[in-house]
Amino acid sequence: MEYVSPEGLRLDGRRPMEMRQIRAEIGAVSKADGSAVFEMGNTKVIAAVYGPRQVQNKSQQMSDQALVRCEYSMANFSTGDRMRKPKGDRRSTEISLVIRQTMEACILTHLMPHSQIDIFVQVLQADGGTRSACINAATLALADAGIPMRDLVTSCSAGYLNSTPLLDLNYVEDSAGGADVTLGILPKLDKVTLLQMDSKLPIDILENVMQLAIEGCKAVANYIREILLENTKQLEYRRGV
Amino acid sequence: MRGIDLAALSKPQKLRLEKALEELESLSSKVNSDASVTVADSIAVNHEDAILKGHGTADLNGEVVATLCGIVERVNKLIYVRGLRSRYKPEVGDIIIGRVVEVVQKRWKLEINYSQDAILMLSSMNMPDGVQRRRTAMDELNMRIIFEEKDVVCAEVRGFQHDGLHLQARSQKYGKLKGGQLLTVPPYLVKRQKQHFHHLEEYGFDLILGCNGFIWVGEHIEAKDDMVEDQVNQSEPQVLLPNKSAGNLEEQEKNYTALETRKYICRAANAVRVLSTLGFNITLEIIKGIIELSLSLNLDIHEMLGSEFCVAVAEKEAERRKSNKKRR
Repeated sequence: MEYVSPEGLRLDGRRPMEMRQIRAEIGAVSKADGSAVFEMGNTKVIAAVYGPRQVQNKSQQMSDQALVRCEYSMANFSTGDRMRKPKGDRRSTEISLVIRQTMEACILTHLMPHSQIDIFVQVLQADGGTRSACINAATLALADAGIPMRDLVTSCSAGYLNSTPLLDLNYVEDSAGGADVTLGILPKLDKVTLLQMDSKLPIDILENVMQLAIEGCKAVANYIREILLENTKQLEYRRGV
Repeated sequence: MRGIDLAALSKPQKLRLEKALEELESLSSKVNSDASVTVADSIAVNHEDAILKGHGTADLNGEVVATLCGIVERVNKLIYVRGLRSRYKPEVGDIIIGRVVEVVQKRWKLEINYSQDAILMLSSMNMPDGVQRRRTAMDELNMRIIFEEKDVVCAEVRGFQHDGLHLQARSQKYGKLKGGQLLTVPPYLVKRQKQHFHHLEEYGFDLILGCNGFIWVGEHIEAKDDMVEDQVNQSEPQVLLPNKSAGNLEEQEKNYTALETRKYICRAANAVRVLSTLGFNITLEIIKGIIELSLSLNLDIHEMLGSEFCVAVAEKEAERRKSNKKRR
């Protein structure tokens, strides 16, 4: 199948190096300490953060750092064919783990000993790149909850189809069988915290694809930063003195 | 927009709200406008003199970087970031309200919106009978008479000890709260002040603004200072008997709150709710103002949570801040 037309347009009309439209909103869940909705095109994810709070399971309590937990789930209505998914299947446990590890790397856990932080992410609409969208949503929710972090983590995916590197794959491109690289970076520190790929790529092409994904992550970071800054300013002026 | 359901607003309401919020924005001090930072923003410092890095900052290759979203505050050499939406950070002497989650050996554990549960020791509590004495094993067994699980308790922060945050309630004004409503708001909206206990005589209810963002509105209770002097004739320590306050009908009759007072309690509670959805600072004067506004508009209690009143409150707040500014 042809994923990039001779005119250089993808199936949904984007250029190979173009991202989908992103939109973020802070404060979607009123009872949570921090929450956010993040959209990348048709992919829509909601994240809620509770904590730092008292550890529920005493045996997991740590005296030098906070416990970070993460739960990823997909709403039944999120995919094209409505399916009842069993909770805790392999895919969602794996993604939960990935998100937990990525977020734990940037949270300054040593500042909140004897406590736990819960991150819940749910996919409301799945159209490829749910992993990246979840990480971006979780970052926003954590920042909203006032949890100290080293840096914002942002994530974006890139792929390689029809011998062209493509940025931010959607569902059709994702399921085409080509390589799919999900990358998470700390933009300020300029470090990679997450790198996942299915199928194989030659090393020189991988470099190009990764570079493309890094550009995508940076674009997401700029957007997230704007949203957070606006939110902070709004909270401050509304509160008054 | 956080907290406000924009879809529920009609078009003119939306415009009025936007106007009021814009006014608030223009009123906020211009000095602070560039002080907002987000995570990983670098904070400009004069490298000539040494600086102290406070909360919410970190060092990155010799650069001061924020680790929180908030406002940069500078006090002499100290630079710190004041986070806005976060859980409560206790300071010694704060008056707080908590909910009992656990009764364990000689102590109650209280949920106070902090990263851990706070501890209220039996020994840092005044006995309800006002007698000063050693706590016996019997007292320990009867702890549930004083506070049970899910009770709402007002106390003061005593300090940190090796096992966590300790509270104390060594006065008649502290203790169990009943006959009212508990409201939870983000803690940054409550400012530390000289006075956190308020009695609104005209409406006949008590208002306690807990520093941890828990706010109590309840029936007025006359603070009785019954420091019992050493009773010579009392040979053995009096042990509290269970079921002393078990509600028989006469007891219930005595605890009955007048309908008028209950209405005012609800009004005050809704005023706090509106202020918290709008994200405005919560103080006694402002709450009083909102109650008066609702009375002058002749609104029912439930109408205070509607969009129209929300807009009216935003407009009033803008007006109030403007007049405050002029006076200065």
